[in-house]
Amino acid sequence: MPSLNPQPLDDQLTDTVHKTIIFEDVAISFEGLVVLDGVSFELRKGETKAVLGIAGSGKSTMLKLCLGLIRPDAGRIYVLGHDITTMSEEDLFDLRSQIGIVFQESALFDSLTVRENVAFRLTEEKLPEAEVEQRVREVLRFVELEDAIDKLPSELSGGMRRRVGIARAIITHPEILLYDSPTGGLDPITSTTIIELIMKQRDVSKTSALLVSHRLQDGFMLASHYYDPDANRMQAVDGRPMRDVHTSFMILRDGKVIFDGTALELGRIQDPYIREYIS
Amino acid sequence: MELASPAEYAKRGVMAVQEYAALAARSLSNVFRQPRYVADMAQQADFIGVGSLPIVALTGMFTGIVLAQNTANTLQRFGSLSLTGQLVSLSMVRELGPVLTSLMVAGRNASGMASELGSMKVTEQIDAMRALGTDPLKKLVTPRVISTVIMMFFLTIIADLVGLIGGWLYSFLLLGLDTYQYWHTAYQKLTYNDVSTGLIKPLFFGFIIATVGCYYGMTTTGGTQGVGRSTTQAVVVSSILILATDVVLTQFMLQFS
Repeated sequence: MPSLNPQPLDDQLTDTVHKTIIFEDVAISFEGLVVLDGVSFELRKGETKAVLGIAGSGKSTMLKLCLGLIRPDAGRIYVLGHDITTMSEEDLFDLRSQIGIVFQESALFDSLTVRENVAFRLTEEKLPEAEVEQRVREVLRFVELEDAIDKLPSELSGGMRRRVGIARAIITHPEILLYDSPTGGLDPITSTTIIELIMKQRDVSKTSALLVSHRLQDGFMLASHYYDPDANRMQAVDGRPMRDVHTSFMILRDGKVIFDGTALELGRIQDPYIREYIS
Repeated sequence: MELASPAEYAKRGVMAVQEYAALAARSLSNVFRQPRYVADMAQQADFIGVGSLPIVALTGMFTGIVLAQNTANTLQRFGSLSLTGQLVSLSMVRELGPVLTSLMVAGRNASGMASELGSMKVTEQIDAMRALGTDPLKKLVTPRVISTVIMMFFLTIIADLVGLIGGWLYSFLLLGLDTYQYWHTAYQKLTYNDVSTGLIKPLFFGFIIATVGCYYGMTTTGGTQGVGRSTTQAVVVSSILILATDVVLTQFMLQFS
């Protein structure tokens, strides 16, 4: 992909080597309604950032901006060293192959089976059928859905669809994963399963991730637990001070970032709005 | 619902035309770009071509019969019943074959494309496709445009032929017209210009059907209600555009006759 050579940046101080996503003063509005207003943040390599905020605070818009699905009115967005605000749609298609996204309602192709959905990217790349089959089964095993391989999305429950969405996003081993409310509309037990899967991906593949959610417990679970491969389940970080789960928090309010820091910093914050939000 | 000002309404109209033109141009330019979705093209050709065959054949048959009924009724008064085949063939090949076939295909396929792509749009499947690194215009729009253009050409030939057979059945069975005379006059009076006019028109009409159907599908907003709205608009706009383009094309072709 020749178009993916890092571009020279206007701001020489912008470190795009150790950061996968950089937002610089990004603003966007739809039909006069300001959705994001001067948003700046960075996502380091291997970091998982939980983006929290009430409905309509611009969380999902932020993810679409990261993929270049929509363009900002102002500001710069760097993804894997590329200024995506100036890239053509054609070049963005190449860049997007290094990013995985799990949509709010899964956005599975409803006329394709689970196998075809998960294999979509590999089929587009025209990989041999045997390799596609092997990799599809591998990721479906990861999300514990191998038995549903021949089912259509309409035959799956909400939680299963979300897991297929995760499998589709991780099959190409992307460098960045974007989760758009992955637990939205799910029962608490299924939500925990989904968060455990996200944690597994974080700790096994060390993928950088932005997790958009309105559920504070999703972020706290990620920040306070790690995936134990021996037990094949998550474990609490308590008593293991050396373990770094590389998880931070960002809170949006009215299109602005009002907090960006660690779980510890979030616990200490005195801002009344944030205190009320996390209580 | 808030009423839009005339200026706002005009601005939206111009924007829509601009977006439609961009989509139509890209659907064509994608033909020369990789990747080419040949399998999707074949699947669409089967759905549009083979799937539309029964309605196109029935439309052609009934149109041919009605043409024979009306022309025979007039011709009989002048003692020129033998010219029935000629009038049926001219009307079918030059005008009614391409236009009626296109209107039937528009009703079936422009609506189908708008609803299918519209549903994909409102359930974020189009965004998911872009996010997965695939250009929806190349994968979804271009195969539909190419298949519709090619299939419209063949469907029109079939409609013309079935229409002529319909006219012959009526003439032979109810008017007692000689079979040889019917087919001889039907064939003899057709000129190169008649045939080319009748076969060039469906190429334009096919392009209109697919691009309008895809445009309304790809720009759908507003959930299931929006899908319904897009479907209706696709059929109405493509039908009107077909009839308007027919006027222009007929005038243009007549210059060369």
